[in-house]
Amino acid sequence: MSMATLHNQTPVPVVAHTSAATDPGETKIAVRNLNFYYGDNRALKGVDVMLHARKVTAFIGPSGCGKSTLLRVLNRVYDLYPNQRAEGEVLLDGKNILAPGQDLNLLRARVGMVFQKPTPFPMSIYENIAFGVRLYDRLSKSDLDARVEQALRRAALWEEVKDKLSANGLSLSGGQQQRLCIARTVAVKPEVILLDEPCSALDPIATAKIEELIDELKDDYTIAIVTHNMQQAARCSDFTAFMYLGELVEFGTTSKMFTTPSDRRTQDYITGRFG
Amino acid sequence: MTMSEHTSKAFDADLQDLARVVAEMGGLAERQIGNALQALGRRDPALAQRVIAEDVKIDALQREIEEKAILTIARRQPMAVDLRDVVGALRLSNDLERIGDLAKNIAKRVGALDGELRVPQVMRGVDHMTDLVLAQIKEVLDAYARRDSAKAIVVWRGDEEIDAVNNSLFRELLTYMMEDPRNIGDCIHLLFCAKNIERMGDHATNIAETVYYMVEGRNLAEERPKGDTTSVTNIGFRSP
Repeated sequence: MSMATLHNQTPVPVVAHTSAATDPGETKIAVRNLNFYYGDNRALKGVDVMLHARKVTAFIGPSGCGKSTLLRVLNRVYDLYPNQRAEGEVLLDGKNILAPGQDLNLLRARVGMVFQKPTPFPMSIYENIAFGVRLYDRLSKSDLDARVEQALRRAALWEEVKDKLSANGLSLSGGQQQRLCIARTVAVKPEVILLDEPCSALDPIATAKIEELIDELKDDYTIAIVTHNMQQAARCSDFTAFMYLGELVEFGTTSKMFTTPSDRRTQDYITGRFG
Repeated sequence: MTMSEHTSKAFDADLQDLARVVAEMGGLAERQIGNALQALGRRDPALAQRVIAEDVKIDALQREIEEKAILTIARRQPMAVDLRDVVGALRLSNDLERIGDLAKNIAKRVGALDGELRVPQVMRGVDHMTDLVLAQIKEVLDAYARRDSAKAIVVWRGDEEIDAVNNSLFRELLTYMMEDPRNIGDCIHLLFCAKNIERMGDHATNIAETVYYMVEGRNLAEERPKGDTTSVTNIGFRSP
């Protein structure tokens, strides 16, 4: 029998890609047909994406692809700037946060954000955390102390600062400042935490601590992280979204996205073949 | 490969270098098989010795591939198709190293089969199997070089024919041994040689699976066609 006839017997079945079983579970945030404009410039083009509850979703893509813009929509930080507007729907637990009448302070307490550069307030470590808590909760001194400690422990910073809570937040190292910002975010008991390149200014050890922290926080929070570090996205996320030129190109489990992406553009980007 | 180039040219160079050494190792393995079987056919101890001596080169190439692959992973953190490429090279080098060992084992047996074979007609089947296996290995290395998953499937399916020849050879050898116990010595060695060739075919099939995985990012699911029934074959003596 020749090779050719052997080949023509039956089509070859293949196993469906088996990634580490990632059960999406419930949806925390559903973005539907989202368009975003900086003046006349359309930065997001009909984006549909979901953040699954208590999972980490990474947003990757080249600079200017719209990933930070998308994050800024999720707690409406963009509202602080003129000429910026969003169209479409962002459903947080099924309720559209883009709708008029949304209480922005409440929204930002539910959806916390940590930025690329650590942004501690120019006040003591203690006050950095207590400040936000006081806006939402009237706590006794002892309860407030407990909340501050809990937040600092949550951010894996407590052991390093417990003896100098009155020191200025700005006196901490970059990695510590970033964890202070995460503690500050966690202290107001948000439901969603948005991290916009939280490790880009940090050394590998501080980065590892933040990633460890993300891993612990996802038991209680829904997390979205924007990162330029592909390995970081691969390491610490459950789902990955690849964005390009304002569009969501591909969304899937991280294990699939980094081993067998479906879209050619995703593959080119994650393997370093872009442009 | 139709992939576009990496932004980092050095990364492309690393991957190409890895593929080059795999190809070199494959070529050497092919040559070893050809020489081992030629030495067997002609009972040529000098050629057999050369095959035995050359095996260290295959081993050295395997180590080189491992080092290059590990270095590439450490330096480039390959993703997706690139990661599969590097892992594929590692797997291929393991299979090729085993093929080299099997060729060496055949060469070693040439010394034991001194002079004329008592059952020369068996060599027809052995030669036929060898041709089939060499074709399989050539095809699969070609599929690797071209990253051609369709071609890999052809090789994957082609192993059945080798198994079929091996089965008939097995029966043939058993028959000669029963006919005349003086045949047993030669036949046992030839039986092992046939088994070695059949194993080489299995490694070619492994390589085909690896190539398919490298290109497609998923595994061939179907149970590989297995036609080797020699493990469950016997010919009972009938009492007169």
